[in-house]
Amino acid sequence: MSGMPESLHEQLSHQLSQVIGFIYPNEVETQWAILIVVYPYLTGIVAGAFILASLVKVFNVVEVQPIYRLALLTALAFMLVAGMPLQLHLGHPERAYEIFFTPQPTSAMAMFGFVYLWYLLGILLIEIWFEYRQQLVLMAQQARGVMKGVYGALSLFSKDVSPEAIAFDHKASKIITIIGIPSAFLLHGYVGFIFGSVKANPWWGSVLMPIVFLMSAIVSGIAMVMFLYILLSLLRNARLDMRCLDKIGLFLLVAIIVDFALESLDYIHRLYQSEESIKILGELVSAKLFTSLVIIQVLLGMFLPLLILVLVRTVRFNEELRKLLYFTTSLLILLGIFSMRWNVVIGGQLYSKSFRGLMAYKMEMTGIESLFTALVLLALPFVILTVLFRLLPPRWMDEHALPAR
Amino acid sequence: MNKREFLKDAILFFPAAGVLQALSCQAAAKDAAAPAASAYDPTDHWYGMGVDVDKCIGCNRCVEACKAENGVPDEPFYFRTWVERYSIHSNGETTVECISTKPAPVDQVAPEDPGIVRTFFVPKLCNQCAHPPCVQVCPVGATFQTKDGVVLVDEKRCIGCRYCIQACPYGARYLNPNTRTADKCTFCYHRITKGLLPACVEVCPTEARIFGDLKGKADRLVRFQRVNKIAVLKPDLNTEPKVLYADLDGEVR
Amino acid sequence: MRLPEQVTRLGTVIVAILAIVLLLRFVILPESLFSARPHQAAKVEREMAKPVRYAGATSCRKCHAEQFDAKYGGAHRNIGCENCHGPSAGHAADEKAGKPPKPREREFCLGCHAYQSARPNGFPQVDPQKHKPKKRCVTCHDPHDPVPPETPQDCGGCHGRIERTKALSDHALLACAECHQVTEQHMIRPRQALPTKPDTRESCGRCHAVGTTDPAAAKARIDMARHGRSFLCWQCHYAHLPEGPK
Repeated sequence: MSGMPESLHEQLSHQLSQVIGFIYPNEVETQWAILIVVYPYLTGIVAGAFILASLVKVFNVVEVQPIYRLALLTALAFMLVAGMPLQLHLGHPERAYEIFFTPQPTSAMAMFGFVYLWYLLGILLIEIWFEYRQQLVLMAQQARGVMKGVYGALSLFSKDVSPEAIAFDHKASKIITIIGIPSAFLLHGYVGFIFGSVKANPWWGSVLMPIVFLMSAIVSGIAMVMFLYILLSLLRNARLDMRCLDKIGLFLLVAIIVDFALESLDYIHRLYQSEESIKILGELVSAKLFTSLVIIQVLLGMFLPLLILVLVRTVRFNEELRKLLYFTTSLLILLGIFSMRWNVVIGGQLYSKSFRGLMAYKMEMTGIESLFTALVLLALPFVILTVLFRLLPPRWMDEHALPAR
Repeated sequence: MNKREFLKDAILFFPAAGVLQALSCQAAAKDAAAPAASAYDPTDHWYGMGVDVDKCIGCNRCVEACKAENGVPDEPFYFRTWVERYSIHSNGETTVECISTKPAPVDQVAPEDPGIVRTFFVPKLCNQCAHPPCVQVCPVGATFQTKDGVVLVDEKRCIGCRYCIQACPYGARYLNPNTRTADKCTFCYHRITKGLLPACVEVCPTEARIFGDLKGKADRLVRFQRVNKIAVLKPDLNTEPKVLYADLDGEVR
Repeated sequence: MRLPEQVTRLGTVIVAILAIVLLLRFVILPESLFSARPHQAAKVEREMAKPVRYAGATSCRKCHAEQFDAKYGGAHRNIGCENCHGPSAGHAADEKAGKPPKPREREFCLGCHAYQSARPNGFPQVDPQKHKPKKRCVTCHDPHDPVPPETPQDCGGCHGRIERTKALSDHALLACAECHQVTEQHMIRPRQALPTKPDTRESCGRCHAVGTTDPAAAKARIDMARHGRSFLCWQCHYAHLPEGPK
C-alpha cells in the first residue's frame, strides 16, 4: 500500500530483525539519527569557544589573549553550520520557517530557535564586529576594488579610529561578553533541556541533563580551540605562545574535572535510586553502549586526557612534548565528547520505553541522514574558518606594525 | 541625545509594542471566531475508550481494520494500534511479544507451559491524553487537541522534526514514510463525529474495545467506568490518558 | 555624552532590521501566517471529511436481514459483519460497487479459534491439527449462527487451557465432572447455567483424607482435622495443577 523508499524499508527490516526482547512496534525506527548527534556537538563547541574567549574579556586572563580572535571565529564558523543538520533532518525542511512564524511557547525546540537567533545576531556577530571594527576600517582604507567595498560594508562605513573610539569598542566588547556568557549558557543549556525535559525517556529526562550538556560543551569548545591553535601554528610554521597553551590546558583540566564529576553524579544517582528503568538501562550500557560509553567516552575521552593534563602540570616536559600531548589530548576529548552526544541521542533510542527490550541503529553510509553527510557537516566549519581567516585575519594588526596606542 | 531622553524613549517602546501586539491578537481572534456551519458541536463531547483486557482474544482484526480504514502503511514498522501478549511465569519472569508484527501460526498449537501462571492479550493505541506531552513539545503547533478530546496531527504543517514521537511515553506515534509527517491513531475522528464507531471497535469480535463519550449520559464508556476497576498506562507520568483499562495486570507497561 | 559614531551606525542597522521585522510581522504579512489556530480549525474540517471505509454493522441489515437476524440469535451476535466480510462502506452505498468477499477458508476461522493459551477462559477454541483437519469450518458451522452440529460433551473446547494444564498434572485422569456438576444447558447457553465448584473440604477429602482408599490418591493423603485450618482446599492448591509444574 505504501510507496516507502526501498532504503528505508531495508534499514527498518534489518533493525526489526535485531530487536532483543519486546519493543513497542513503532519504536523499531530510530527517529533521531546521526545528524541529531552532530548538532549538539557543533553547538557545544560554539558555546565552549565563546566561554574561553570570555575569560580574556571579562575575567582578564591575559595569558589567553593570543587565541581570543581564534576562539570567536571558531564559535562563528561552528554556529553557521550548527543549524544545517537540523534542517537536513526534517521531514519537511521547506516548512522550517514555521518554527519562527508560529512557535509553540511550550516547546523547548521552538524557543531554542529564538535563542539561537539571539546568540548569533545579538551576541556573536556584534562581539566580532566590535573586536574587528578598527581593523576593518583600516583594511577598507588600504584595499582596492571590490574588497574596498566589502570591508567598507563590513565596518558599516564607520571611519572613527581615534583612541576614544577604540576604547569604546573595547568597553562595548566587554559588556557584550558579559551578556554573552549567560547567553552561551542558555544556548547549550537549552539543547540539554530539549532532552532533559522528555519525561517519557528516563535516559534523557533528568534535571542534570542541561548542566551536563553545558559542561561537556565547555570542554569540547576549549579542546577545539586548543586543537586549532596547535594545528594553525604547525601549518603556518609560527611560534606558539606556550604560556597561552598551558593556560588553556589548565582551564581544560578544570572543565574536565567538573564535567566528569557531574556525569559521575548522574550515574551514581541513578544506580543508588534504582528506579524501574535501571535494569534495562544497565543492559543498554553493557550490551549496546559498552564501546562508545565506557571505552571511548569515559576511558579515552575523559580519564586519559585527565591523566595527561595532570601529568603535564606536575612533570616538567619540554615544549615539543607538551605540544604533542596537548594536541593528542584535545583530539581525544573531541572524540570523547562526540561519543557522549552519540550515547545520549542514539543511546536513548536503543532501548524500549516498555523497559523490556533493546533495538538497533543501522547508520546509513550515503543519503541525507548518513555518515557521509555527517562527515561533510563536521568538516564544513573548518572550511568556513579558512574563509574567515582570509577575510578577517586575526594577526593583521600585528603584521601591519601599527603604533601602539 | 542625553541619557534621560534615551531612557524615556526606551520606556515608551514597551507600551507601543504592547499596543501593536493587542491589535494583532484581535485580528487573529477574528480569523478563528468564524464557526463552521455544521450541527456538530465538539464541546458537547469528550471522547475516550475502554479496553476490557480479559475479553481480548488476540485475533488482530482491530489492527487490520485500522490499517484498512486509515491508510496506514502495511509494513510491520507502523501501527496506530497493536496487540501485545503477556506471559507471566511462576518464576517471576514476564515475557512480552507484539503479535501484530509477528502473528501466531494458525496451523499448529504451541506446547503448553504449565509454569505460566497468567497469560493474556493487551490491545494498545494512542491514549488521546487529556494532558498530552506530544502536544506540549510540538514546535509549530501542528499537533493539537480538539475540543472533543482527540489529538490530531496537521499533516500540512508538521515539519517532521519527530519531537512528538520522542515525547510519547506509549510508542503510539510514528513518522509516516509517505507524507514524512508524524502520524497516529485519531480515534477514527472522521467516523466518530458522524456517530459511527472507530474501525477497531467496529470489528472487535469480543467487545474488548468500548468506545464512548465521557460527557455522555447513557453511554457504554460511562457504564464501563462504573462496573470496572479502571487503570491507565503509566499514570505516574501525569499524561491523563483517556484509554481506560479494566482488569489491567500490573506487569503491563 | 555623545554616542560614538560606530554605535550610531550599528544602532541604525539594528533598528532598521527590527523595524522591517516588526513591519512585516504586524502590518504587511497576513495574520493567518502567524497563528496556528485557523490551520487547526481547517485540519479538523479536513479530518472529518475523510472517507469512511467500514459501514458499520447495522447498515447491513437493510438488505441482509436474514443473515443479520440469524446472527443475532447465535454466538456471533456481537461480531460486526465487516469483521469477516471486510470494509464494505462502498458496497453499502452502492450495491454494484463491488461485492464484499466471503472468507470460506479454514485459516480464516482459525485466526480467532485456533487454540492459544493466552485466549480467555470460556472462549471456544480448537486444535487445528486434531479438529476435522483439512475440512472447511463452514461445512459444519454456519458462520452466521455457528452452533456446532452436536452439543459438545467435552469441556476442553471452551476450557482448553485448563484441560491442557490438567493433562500435565497429577489430576490428569480426573474427569471434570468429578468435581464440577454441569448441566446440558451450560453447553448451549454457558453463562445462563454455570457449573458448580466444590465448596466443602470434603469434596477433596473423599479422596485425600487419611483413611480413604482410592489408589490414585495414594501419594497425597492428609489428616483433614489438622491440615489447612478451615480453608477450602482450592484456596491454596490449584486443583488443575495441584502441586505446581513438575
